[in-house]
Amino acid sequence: MIKLAHVYKNFGKTEVLKDINLEVREGEKLVIIGTSGSGKSTTVRCMNFLEEPTSGQVYVNGTLLTHKNKTEVVRSSSAMVFQSFNLYPHMDVLHNLTLAPMRLHRIPKKEAIDTAFHFLETVGLTDKAYAYPSTLSGGQQQRVAIARALCSKAKIILFDEPTSALDPEMVQEVLDVIVRLSEENITMVVVTHEMGFAREIADRIVFMDNGRIIEEGTAQHFFESPEEDRTRAFLSKII
Amino acid sequence: MIGQIFTPWRWAELLSSWQDFAFAFLTTLQVAFFALLLALCIGAIAGVLSASRSRILRAIVRVYVEFFQNTPLAIQVFFVYYALPYAGIVLYEVPIGILCVGLYTGAYISEVVRTGINSIPKGQFDAAESQGFSYVQTMALIILPQTVKAILPPLANQCVNLIKNTSILAMIAGGDLMYFSNAWATNGHFSYGPSYLICGLLYFILCFPLTHWARSYEEKLKASVQGGKA
Repeated sequence: MIKLAHVYKNFGKTEVLKDINLEVREGEKLVIIGTSGSGKSTTVRCMNFLEEPTSGQVYVNGTLLTHKNKTEVVRSSSAMVFQSFNLYPHMDVLHNLTLAPMRLHRIPKKEAIDTAFHFLETVGLTDKAYAYPSTLSGGQQQRVAIARALCSKAKIILFDEPTSALDPEMVQEVLDVIVRLSEENITMVVVTHEMGFAREIADRIVFMDNGRIIEEGTAQHFFESPEEDRTRAFLSKII
Repeated sequence: MIGQIFTPWRWAELLSSWQDFAFAFLTTLQVAFFALLLALCIGAIAGVLSASRSRILRAIVRVYVEFFQNTPLAIQVFFVYYALPYAGIVLYEVPIGILCVGLYTGAYISEVVRTGINSIPKGQFDAAESQGFSYVQTMALIILPQTVKAILPPLANQCVNLIKNTSILAMIAGGDLMYFSNAWATNGHFSYGPSYLICGLLYFILCFPLTHWARSYEEKLKASVQGGKA
């Protein structure tokens, strides 16, 4: 579904990603874990070309992403949920959810609104359809953002630290929504610091450090018998 | 002599010429209106371009902005009025006023627009791009609507500057309010006092509501939760 081949990324002189090779299969829930600055956000941002690799290839559904085709490919295949929600503050919730479907996917207004309400129900926020983002709590905003991603009907959803900007008491409501989604046949790539959550949803966990993939395997392998010293050091610090 | 500056007969003289003052005032209004239209168009386009990713477009706008911001408006007006005729280009005073004041203010408005766009969090661009919006769509649907609200107060201030700057026409006998107030007094009985006073009052009447509105709107923006329905 997504394939990164020999991806390098530099920001100025800093090498953020060094030879990342990673394949995400259809329907797979892949969780990326790592210290801050390890390149995990950049990795997932390369998957929809929000960051274009300095060198290396990114394939989505077999198509090589380029600067030219990225908008088209990304539009039809993936959606993203951000750490800071990034809802459009000048539109109410419903408008946030219907903008892309109507403008980009040419879906009739009525259908777009029906879809929006359907996914608002999924995240438990039908009563907030006409509220503006600024009147919602962080947790509610993030659930709206997830509903917005779902409205695109994309087969891939990328989560870039979806709970890192939330107050502790709101983390769980967002995680619950994502856990529920993970039961469906959506391909999910999740960058997170929530270990319990990672263990619960991950088909596979990738551990990154200093711009490289250090270890990958099932959740059980990762948490119970990691092979690499750096993984063990990381786990001992956070668990 | 001090007592002579505002003696009643001078006011009477001015009152009898009120229609001429009104006409000059209308000329100033006309120049300001069309110059503002021009400045807004140029400023909006240049501002968006200067926030774009194209280095060439940004460079072109930079040259325009720096040129007009760092030379006096007077030189620009004199150049068009005195120098351009030698290139076969002869313009009337009012069009010169519209053109020069419009271009001059456009440079400032361009900067206002650019700063406004740059003040929008980068996450908004990320969200739009991740949904598959093109750059133009992102600007039109997501970034600019948010920008407009934030830049209205500085835009109103630029509008005030523009109105006052139309008085540059006095230097080329432009028939505007400033020019007329001066010419009327010089050609009559030197009633400069009442003439300038009324002239200033008329500019004030145009500008004060704008500055006042800009200030109260800014307060309101600050008070309302960011991103609400201000």
